[in-house]
Amino acid sequence: MSEGIPSASKMQRPEHFRTISGAPIELVYGPSHIAAVDYARDLNDPGQFPYTRGIHQNGYVGKMWTMRQFAGFSTPEETNERYRQLLAAGGTGLSVAFDLPTLMGRDPDHPLSLGEVGKCGVSVASLADMERLFDNIPLSTITTSMTINSPAAMLLAMYLVVAEQQGVDWREISGTIQNDILKEYIAQKEYIYPPGPSMRLVTDVFAFCGEHVPRWNTISVSGYHIREAGSTALQELAFTLRNGIEYVQHGVDAGLDPDKFAPRMSFFFNAHNEFFEEIAKYRAARKLWSHVMRDRFGARDERSWKLRFHAQTAGVSLTAQQPRNNVVRTAVQALAAVLGGANSLHTNSLDEALALPTVEAATLALRTQQIIAHESGVTGTVDPLGGSYFLEKLTTDMEAGAVEYFQTIDDLGGMVEAIEQGYPQREIAESAYRFQKQVELGERDIVGVNVHGDNEELGVETLYINEDVSERQIAKLNDLRRTRDTNRVARSLAAIREVALGKTNLMPSLLEAVRAYATLGEICDALRDAWGEYEETPTI
Amino acid sequence: MRNIRVVIAKPGLDGHDRGAKVIARALRDAGMEVIYTGLRQTPEQIVGAALQEDADVIGLSILSGAHNHICPRVIELLRAKDITDVLVVVGGIIPDVDVPKLNEIGITGIFPPGTSMQAIVEFIRQHVRPTASAR
Repeated sequence: MSEGIPSASKMQRPEHFRTISGAPIELVYGPSHIAAVDYARDLNDPGQFPYTRGIHQNGYVGKMWTMRQFAGFSTPEETNERYRQLLAAGGTGLSVAFDLPTLMGRDPDHPLSLGEVGKCGVSVASLADMERLFDNIPLSTITTSMTINSPAAMLLAMYLVVAEQQGVDWREISGTIQNDILKEYIAQKEYIYPPGPSMRLVTDVFAFCGEHVPRWNTISVSGYHIREAGSTALQELAFTLRNGIEYVQHGVDAGLDPDKFAPRMSFFFNAHNEFFEEIAKYRAARKLWSHVMRDRFGARDERSWKLRFHAQTAGVSLTAQQPRNNVVRTAVQALAAVLGGANSLHTNSLDEALALPTVEAATLALRTQQIIAHESGVTGTVDPLGGSYFLEKLTTDMEAGAVEYFQTIDDLGGMVEAIEQGYPQREIAESAYRFQKQVELGERDIVGVNVHGDNEELGVETLYINEDVSERQIAKLNDLRRTRDTNRVARSLAAIREVALGKTNLMPSLLEAVRAYATLGEICDALRDAWGEYEETPTI
Repeated sequence: MRNIRVVIAKPGLDGHDRGAKVIARALRDAGMEVIYTGLRQTPEQIVGAALQEDADVIGLSILSGAHNHICPRVIELLRAKDITDVLVVVGGIIPDVDVPKLNEIGITGIFPPGTSMQAIVEFIRQHVRPTASAR
């Protein structure tokens, strides 16, 4: 029995159960719940519009999801070693986690970088670090996802130059940059510039890659961070897709044909605990997006209609208490992502409420995916839960709820305006506080935290990032500043400032600065000079 | 007696503010007066805010691993200004091995993931310096 929680109150079950997101759940579902569902119109076969059941006719039988484990810490040399281990262990793609100075466009020796270098990810301060990061990793055969937003264009430029040095044609390489600035204002708060110029950077990448790097996924519109910040599943779905609409609209407004860039857009969702609700979320997302692209934007290319997504299990659901339980949580969440048709997946490690993962924990997380893929049998048929009364009802409700949110945000004048008014931020903060109160009141059980606590807990070994990373990165940076062509650097930064104030595509000038070994901080500062910085009004 | 005044601050470059905001609301609901500084505050700005707001408590939210640099700096700045009656607490991801170092500089309120809001409220009520609320 659970300890510390009075059992009497637990005996009285609430009349209606609710999902973790607050949606009511009935005891039994039947045909009456899905009477309005029309198979051909609302579901259709896998690979057929509106893709509710999946974008591929053959599901995972045709193509297994990509097992892409997010990793990065300390120096580029150390992360490079981890990548080679992950690839050797059967990982099929790389996913780069950058440290906070990199994410915020600051050099390691900037005062605000104090204590942050190499802590939450790998430190990449210039092209020289990017060369070390991918040393002996052939960019022609692997695909790389980079979680980078405000400075996404700059890190992409570095990656492209490394490909060039390896003699790989830009038309051959593939990968993803997150490049989703809207969810930064909404949830993760790693923004640098105001929304206007930030959106221009995004559309410049759309246009540049459309022409020169056609297989690159130019954006990963992300609900993950919105959910981690405390939103409900419905808010995650609605805000993410509405952000997607905003990006397409800005692309169209910049004169681009949606069929030229929308096929390279991808999405990124959370895989949380509430099993069926999560599966419904992914299915509703595909259906909603196909209609948005075809009906709202008039896209004609089928590839524009198909929503492809990466999923990551919910970091926020992991507990520092009894950390081994996190393996089980992650397995359940990963199974939901797979049953929802995820195109790629990251499974969290058991120690992530405590630190960045150890090699052993990261390997176990990858093995979790491999067991689902090879032993569970769930990959043999497409959308195996399709037709479940419960799941179809949840999918329909999720879709209807999202459409309502779209309308609210349209009425506010669009997502940029909604963000400036603090609307999605407030909605998420409310949900986060509501959830925490439910946990405190014992209305939500978390095993090992408010029920089934142990007096004697088994700890786990965790990764510790040495404090000398910062010194090592700063020493390399000082060497670089001594040896590079300073005139070329200054010229390239001046060019960036000039282009930033005009309207032409920024990518060529960013590439030149990268080739000149300008640092990321210097490049981002050039744009800070031109555009200023964004600051949000703190509210609670 | 006036209400306990708390400055909740997010130092460093990290923007994950869910915890800071939830705790800020919980403290406010518990009857405290809460001032939230917003993101990316330097230790100097945080101590300045605490002085200006006549705070009894500074609550730091740090998830990025920068606590070993930020916490000592905040304490040092408080000492330099001869402020001894402000309670400093920290919430976030703090590895066990770092706890003794923080205790040594006088930070005993360390709240890892999973700490209940009620536990934090109680800790603050018990440890807030008596001189502070009598000022």
